Amino acid sequence: MKDNQGPMWEVFVQKKAGQPFVHCGNLHAFDKEMALQNARDLYTRRGEGMALWVVLSSNIVSSSPEDIGSFFEPSNDKIFRHPTFYQIPDGVGHM
Amino acid sequence: MSVNGEEVFEGKLAKNDIIEPKDWMPDNYRKHLIRQISQHAHSEIVGMLPEGNWITRAPSLRAKLVLLAKVQDEGGHGLYLYTAAESLGISRDEMLNALHTGKAKYSSIFNYPTLTWADIGAIGWLVDGAAIMNQVMLQRTSYGPYARAMVRICKEESFHQRQGYEVMTKLSFGTPEQKEMAQDALNRWWYPTLMMFGPPDVESPNSDNAIKWRIKRETNDQLRQRFVNQTITQIEYLGLTCPDTNLKWNEAKKGYDFSEPNWVEFKSVIHGNGPCNKERLEARNKAHKDGEWVRAAAMAFADKQNESTIAA
Repeated sequence: MKDNQGPMWEVFVQKKAGQPFVHCGNLHAFDKEMALQNARDLYTRRGEGMALWVVLSSNIVSSSPEDIGSFFEPSNDKIFRHPTFYQIPDGVGHM
Repeated sequence: MSVNGEEVFEGKLAKNDIIEPKDWMPDNYRKHLIRQISQHAHSEIVGMLPEGNWITRAPSLRAKLVLLAKVQDEGGHGLYLYTAAESLGISRDEMLNALHTGKAKYSSIFNYPTLTWADIGAIGWLVDGAAIMNQVMLQRTSYGPYARAMVRICKEESFHQRQGYEVMTKLSFGTPEQKEMAQDALNRWWYPTLMMFGPPDVESPNSDNAIKWRIKRETNDQLRQRFVNQTITQIEYLGLTCPDTNLKWNEAKKGYDFSEPNWVEFKSVIHGNGPCNKERLEARNKAHKDGEWVRAAAMAFADKQNESTIAA
């Protein structure tokens, strides 16, 4: 008999409405329903959340540590994207 | 790549940065983590067995509810840890197989029997107390998924230790027979608990690398000393006696001097000769085998769902 644990799923939990979903861990399950039930049993036993997302780990696309330099570099030389780049005259109040 | 990778790795450790699954890491670091995390996971799962022994015999409905919740938590801790180990490239099946064939180790403490209800108190208080001491340190371990699992586990463990101490309190302040039962449990669990921190530093084969790689931040002996210092006050409150007759406060080191556990016994239990090694492995194997049809049915159902999705 073939024996395995089912594919891996990533679990995201939202503490309460209005807050972002945050990754909390992963688990094995054979289908969506089982993944959701296992996520509830495993990650929300103490009121950690009121909403869950589960997604197959194999469906996640991620960046690679080796590419950090070239991949994220463009954001480092654009200091004009930050509010501190700009000078606001005294006397105009809070902006 | 590898020379550069090693430099990046060492640089991260030097800066107290965290290593993540896709980062380059030395083979031995990976192997060390797989061994340590999988053993840790196995310990959580096997640790359910001695406590499970008392679920049907808990002395009250409240005690039963609490124990069920605790054992369920231990199962959850095992699952967090297995997936953390899987992020290093080993499969769940490989790990379970290593456990079931006796190739993998788990904490020697779970090879001792739970003879009375007081043992459930002693396990929560002493065994979980010792585990927490180790796990608090591991929240800052250098491998990200392991550290994150530890943060969740530590949040849940403090209830375990408190419920154990509550059981001990009730017995210690109960009838003389109950107090005697509590003392007997303390006598039997004291030294096996001290063994949980592992062999003395001078003989610990894996400690050097673990400290160097910041997997561990404190040594076995340091953690053991802290545990003894903290626990003696709790024993005194219960009006019980520590079975170590050499126990003595040492003002110079601001800690207790205490007797080492029997390391010959420790090695013997680790190598399969403890009172319950055989029983634990049999129970694990039986549970896994009994669940086989469930996994097969779940897989067949999932396959069928996938087919019908494709067809539709």
